[in-house]
Amino acid sequence: MEFPVASSPHLSGQNNVQRVMAQVMLALVPGIAALWWYFGWGVIVNLGLTSLTAVVCEWLVMRLRGRDPRPVITDLSGLLTAWLLAVALPPLLPWWQTVIGTAFAIIIAKQLFGGLGYNPFNPAMAGYALLLVSFPADMTRWLEPSVLGGHAVSLNEAWQAIFSGIPPHPQGWDAVTGATPLDHLRTELSRDHMISEIQRDPLWGNLGGKGWEWISSWYLLGGLFLLWRGVIGWRIPVSMLGSLLAVAGIFWLIDPEIHPSPVFHLFSGATLLGAFFIATDPVTASTTPRGQLIYGALIGVLVYVIRTWGGYPDAVAFSVLLMNMAAPTIDHYTQPRVFGAREDADGR
Amino acid sequence: MAADLAPPVWDFHGGLHIPDCKALSADRPIIEATLPSRLQLALQQHIGKPAEALVKPGDPVLKGQLIARASDYVSANLHAPTSGRVVEIAEMPIAHPSGLSAPCIVIEPDGEERWAELPAPITNWAETDPAELRERLRWAGIVGLGGAVFPTSVKTNVTGRQVDTLIINAAECEPYITCDDRLLREQAGEVLEGARILRHIVGASRILVGIEDNKPEAIASLREALSGDDDGIEIRVVPTKYPSGGEKQLIYLLTGVEVPSQGLPLDIGMVCQNVATAASVADAVLRGRPLISRIVTITGQGVSRPGNLRALIGTPVSELIAQCGGYTPQVHKLIMGGPMMGFALHSDAVPMAKGSNCFIAATAEEAPDPPPAKPCIRCGECVKVCPAYLLPQQLYWYARARNFDQTQDHNLFDCIECGCCAYVCPSHIPLVHYYRFAKTEIWASERERQKAEHARRRHEFREARLKRLEAERKARLRKKKEALEKKSTSAADDPKKAAIEAAMKRVAAKKAAQQGNAAPPPREGDD
Ligand code: SF4
Ligand code: SF4
Repeated sequence: MEFPVASSPHLSGQNNVQRVMAQVMLALVPGIAALWWYFGWGVIVNLGLTSLTAVVCEWLVMRLRGRDPRPVITDLSGLLTAWLLAVALPPLLPWWQTVIGTAFAIIIAKQLFGGLGYNPFNPAMAGYALLLVSFPADMTRWLEPSVLGGHAVSLNEAWQAIFSGIPPHPQGWDAVTGATPLDHLRTELSRDHMISEIQRDPLWGNLGGKGWEWISSWYLLGGLFLLWRGVIGWRIPVSMLGSLLAVAGIFWLIDPEIHPSPVFHLFSGATLLGAFFIATDPVTASTTPRGQLIYGALIGVLVYVIRTWGGYPDAVAFSVLLMNMAAPTIDHYTQPRVFGAREDADGR
Repeated sequence: MAADLAPPVWDFHGGLHIPDCKALSADRPIIEATLPSRLQLALQQHIGKPAEALVKPGDPVLKGQLIARASDYVSANLHAPTSGRVVEIAEMPIAHPSGLSAPCIVIEPDGEERWAELPAPITNWAETDPAELRERLRWAGIVGLGGAVFPTSVKTNVTGRQVDTLIINAAECEPYITCDDRLLREQAGEVLEGARILRHIVGASRILVGIEDNKPEAIASLREALSGDDDGIEIRVVPTKYPSGGEKQLIYLLTGVEVPSQGLPLDIGMVCQNVATAASVADAVLRGRPLISRIVTITGQGVSRPGNLRALIGTPVSELIAQCGGYTPQVHKLIMGGPMMGFALHSDAVPMAKGSNCFIAATAEEAPDPPPAKPCIRCGECVKVCPAYLLPQQLYWYARARNFDQTQDHNLFDCIECGCCAYVCPSHIPLVHYYRFAKTEIWASERERQKAEHARRRHEFREARLKRLEAERKARLRKKKEALEKKSTSAADDPKKAAIEAAMKRVAAKKAAQQGNAAPPPREGDD
C-alpha cells in the first residue's frame, strides 16, 4: 500500500494566524467601545472606512500580483491594521484622508515590502505618521469627550462631517473640538503655567484626561487579555511601560510642577494602546527575548523624549517606527545563549 | 525508598505538552510476531559505513549467523534473524525518508529456526575486561535502539575519558510509542541487568534511569526489579513533556548539567543509552545472542488492533500491519518512529530495521495534511518552545534565503529537529524541513569544498611534478649537448667561452633546483 509523504512533525497545534489576529481584534473591542462612548459615531464610521479600504487594497494588490486574494484577506492581518489605524485617527477626519492613510498602510507599508511578515514598519503606524505629517491640522482636531458636557455626535452628524465636511454642531467646529490632554498640557506648559494650575482645568481626570483615562484603561484590559491568552509576550509591554514610568518618574521627582506625573504619561495619548497593541506587533518588533526588552525600553524612552522635547504631542507612532528600524540590529546582537554553550560566552 | 523523596528534576526550556496517544497500545502485552515470508536486511541499519555482505545468493544461513560484517570502526555487524536461505542481494527500497533504495540481503526463512553456534555467555561480566565486553557488543551488532542507531560498542568506548554517570533513557517522550514502556513492564530486570553491564563497560559509578511520569506501571515494575539492592541505580521520574527523551534534555532533567553545544554527553562524563539497547546488551552478554529482533509498536487509528510485537529485523512492515489486523479504511499516512520526529513512509513494502521502534498507521485526523504555509509573522511562539534555545524563525528566514552562513551563526547545528517549533507555528511553516534542507546543503558544500581542495592540491602537485620533470629533462639535454660541445671544442680551447658556459650551467642548475623545490603548495584545511 502507498501513502502520501510529508516532513515531520506530523502533528500540529491548533494555532493559526487568523486566530492570532482575531484575538488581537477582540482585545481591541473594549477600547473601541470606549472611544465610541466618548467621541460618538465618527469612531465607527472611521472603522468601517479603514476596514473597507484595507480589504479593497489587499484584494487589488493580490490581483495585480496574480495571486489569490482570499487567504491574504482572511488572515485578518489587513483588517487588524485597519482597526489599529482607525482607533488612532480623530473621529471626524475627512474620509479621503482616512482612505489615503489606510491605502498607504496596506499598499506601501505592507504589500510593497512583500506582504505580511516582510514589512519592516508597522503598517498602521506608517499610515498614521503619513497622515500626521501631511494633514497636521485635521489630524490634531480631536473632539471633546462627551463627559465634558460636550455634544454627543450622532451617526448622521458623523456621516455628514466625515463625507461632506459639515460640522456636527450649528456653531461650527470650535463648539465641538478640544485639545487632547497631551496637547493641552503642552500648550499650557509653553505658556509657563505650573502643572498644579493646569490640572485645575475641567479637562483633567484622576489619571489622565477625562474620558481618555478610561479609554486607556480599556486598552489595558484588552492588553491583559492578550497576555493571558499568550498572544503577546510580557517583555515588550513591561519594558516599554517600565522605562516610560522610570524616565517620567525621575523628571517628575525633580520638579513635579513642570513635569507631569508618570501616571499621567501612562494614561494619556496612545501609551497603553501602543504598549499592548502596536509595539507588540511581532512582525516589526524585535524577536529575541533580550532584544524585546531592549526594544520595548527604548520605545518607552523615545515616547518620553518626543512628548517632552519633540515637535509632536504624542509620540508612540514615531517611537515605534524608529525602533522598527533598529529591530534587526537589536536581534543580531541579542541572540540567546544556545543550549550547552559555555556560560561565559554570553548571558541568556 | 530514597527515590520517593523526589530527587531534583531540572526543567528544560521549551518543549510541549501534547496528547500522548499511548493508550492505543500501552496495555497490549508484547507478542511474538509470526515468522514472515521473507526478510529483507539492509546492509546499513546503523549510522556509519554499511556492513560488508559475507553471504551470497543461494547460501543457507542459520539463525544468528553473521551475514554481514562491520566494514569500519563506525559500522555494525548483521546477523541472520532466522534460518533459511539467502535468495537475493540487491538494491531495494528501505524505510528511509528519501525513498531511495539501498543494498539488502533477502532471506527466505525455512521455518526451522535452527540456531548457529553462538559465543559462550559471559556470566562473570563484572570481572571481565570492558574491552572484551565491548567486543561482544560489536559482534552482536548492537546499535542504539531508541532510533539513533549509533553502534553501541563505539558509544561505550570511553577509553581515556572519565565517566561517572550512565543515563538510561526510558523517557519515551514521543506520542504513540509504547515499546519501551512494554519492555519495562515485562522485563525490567533484563533492562537493569543490561544497564549494570553497560555501567561496568563505561566505568561509571551510578546509573540514573529517566522515565516520564505517564508510565506508572513501568515505573512500578522498575522499582520492583530493583527491590532494595539498588547498588547505585536510581529511578528518576520526570514530568511528561516532549522532548524529555532527547539525550541532552534528559541529561539536563536528571542532572542539571548541559551537554556542551555540539558536544557529547561524554564531554561531561556521561553516557546515555536507551532501555531497549540495554536489554539487547544483556542478551548479547548473558546469552551470547546477537541483535536479530526488537520490540516494535504498531499503532494509530489506521490499524485495526494496535499492539506491541517482538519482530525479526527485516520483517516487511506490511506483514507487521497484517498481524495487527490490517489497516482500517481511514488510514491516511504511515509513519515510522514517533509523530514528531519520525518520517512518513511512501510504502509499507519496506522492512523494519534495527532502529524501527514504532509504525503509526495514522488517520487524516491524527496526522492531518498541513494547511498551506503562510508567511512567518515572527510571533516568537517557536522561540518559546525550542529546547535548544534557538531562534527558529531566524533560522527559517536564513535557510529560506539560502544564507547558510547565517544559519550557522544562528547555531543551526544545535537544532535537534524535535519539531516543537513547527508544531506551534501559527503559519504552519514546515520549519524542520527547512533546517534539514539547510543542513544537507551545508554538508554537501562542505564535501564539495573538501573535494575541490583535494582536486586543487592534486592538480598543483601534478603541475609541479611535470615542471620538475621538464626541468630535469632540459638539464640532462644541456649536459649532453655540453659534453658533445666540449668534445668538439676541446681542441680549440676557448677559456672565455668555457667560463660563460659554466656560468650558464650554474644558473640553469639553480633554476631547476628552485622549480623542483617550489612544488608542494602550502597545506591548508584539515583533511
Ligand atoms: S512560530 Fe512560525 S510564524 Fe511564529 S515566529 Fe516562529 S516561524 Fe514565525
Ligand atoms: S526543531 Fe530545532 S529549532 Fe525547532 S524547536 Fe526543535 S531544536 Fe528548536
